[in-house]
Amino acid sequence: MNRLGRLLLFALGGGVVSVLFVLATFDLPDFGSSIHLYRDLAVPAAVQHHTANVVSAVNFDQRAIDTFGEETILVASVVGAAALLRPSADESERRAPDLGRTLESTRLVGYVLMPVTLVLGVDVVLHGGITPGGGFQGGVVLATGLHLIYVTGTYPALERLRPVVPFEVAESLGAAGFALLGLLGIWTSGAFLGNFLPLGAFGQILSTGTVQVLSALVGLEVLGSMIVLLSSFFAQEISIRKAGADQ
Amino acid sequence: MSIYAYLVAGYLILIGSYGIVRSRHLVHAVVSLSVAQAGTYVLLLAVGYQRAASAPVFGSTTKPNTGVVDPVVQAMTLTDIVVSATVTALLLALAVQINKRHGTVDPDDLAALRG
Repeated sequence: MNRLGRLLLFALGGGVVSVLFVLATFDLPDFGSSIHLYRDLAVPAAVQHHTANVVSAVNFDQRAIDTFGEETILVASVVGAAALLRPSADESERRAPDLGRTLESTRLVGYVLMPVTLVLGVDVVLHGGITPGGGFQGGVVLATGLHLIYVTGTYPALERLRPVVPFEVAESLGAAGFALLGLLGIWTSGAFLGNFLPLGAFGQILSTGTVQVLSALVGLEVLGSMIVLLSSFFAQEISIRKAGADQ
Repeated sequence: MSIYAYLVAGYLILIGSYGIVRSRHLVHAVVSLSVAQAGTYVLLLAVGYQRAASAPVFGSTTKPNTGVVDPVVQAMTLTDIVVSATVTALLLALAVQINKRHGTVDPDDLAALRG
């Protein structure tokens, strides 16, 4: 289909959708109103399980099976991306050139901020059930912290800092642990991913039952996924060349 | 105006789709898709918003009986963002491969299948 035909088709479809959408918004509850039926069910359920962060309670307790599906999507797409980005038959991987120069001050910022970012990431993961955050957010912070060494340093330094294989293992362990905990839930409470651990005191780090554990496992998995994904893209750009191409 | 936030969400979804339709570069198409998905975040968060309510995280300042915004749509937005990020990564990997195999990233030049 040519561009004009495609645009006309979009104008038709987009026009109809926008008219229907605007009409539909008039029937929605008013923006900012106090009618939230799901909220009224989710908050008492979270408090009952001693989970201070209701978003984590929804993700890792009330709708944990949904998060399990989401996690599977994450693993599947990382596997897919890594498979697409591996060196093909006519390509070879070579040592990454030690290119690029950074200012001493930039490097200093990297060295200072990397441990701070890593500690922050661990904090966000471990307090997922009681303060804002959780495994998904903390895992991304952790992976970002590790890549500060690339932003403020060099690619070989990053390669020394993060050998990819342990992170591949971490990704699988996170996903497998989530499934295992779900099966333990069936065994102990009769429901997949049922919250079977002691609930503890409201607002303490050792509370919320399985929420904190699942959040930590997701943090491990997201960290592994991000590292595997970014390392595939980095290798594509930096170290993979067509065989016979100039060095 | 009480439907303003919903209209912003609808606008983002449509403008993102429009970007995909008139895209001349695969990376541009992927970014347009991300814009369209951002519209779904705005829609979800707008549905769950409540005026003068705090975040759905309880502690010493927010007691469990105070009004909070809807945590269910916030959790869905989190799911949405994670899926969006992984799909973006997968599509970008596909774009890299297409560029290697076909030597072009213009969707219009990819009309014919090639072995």
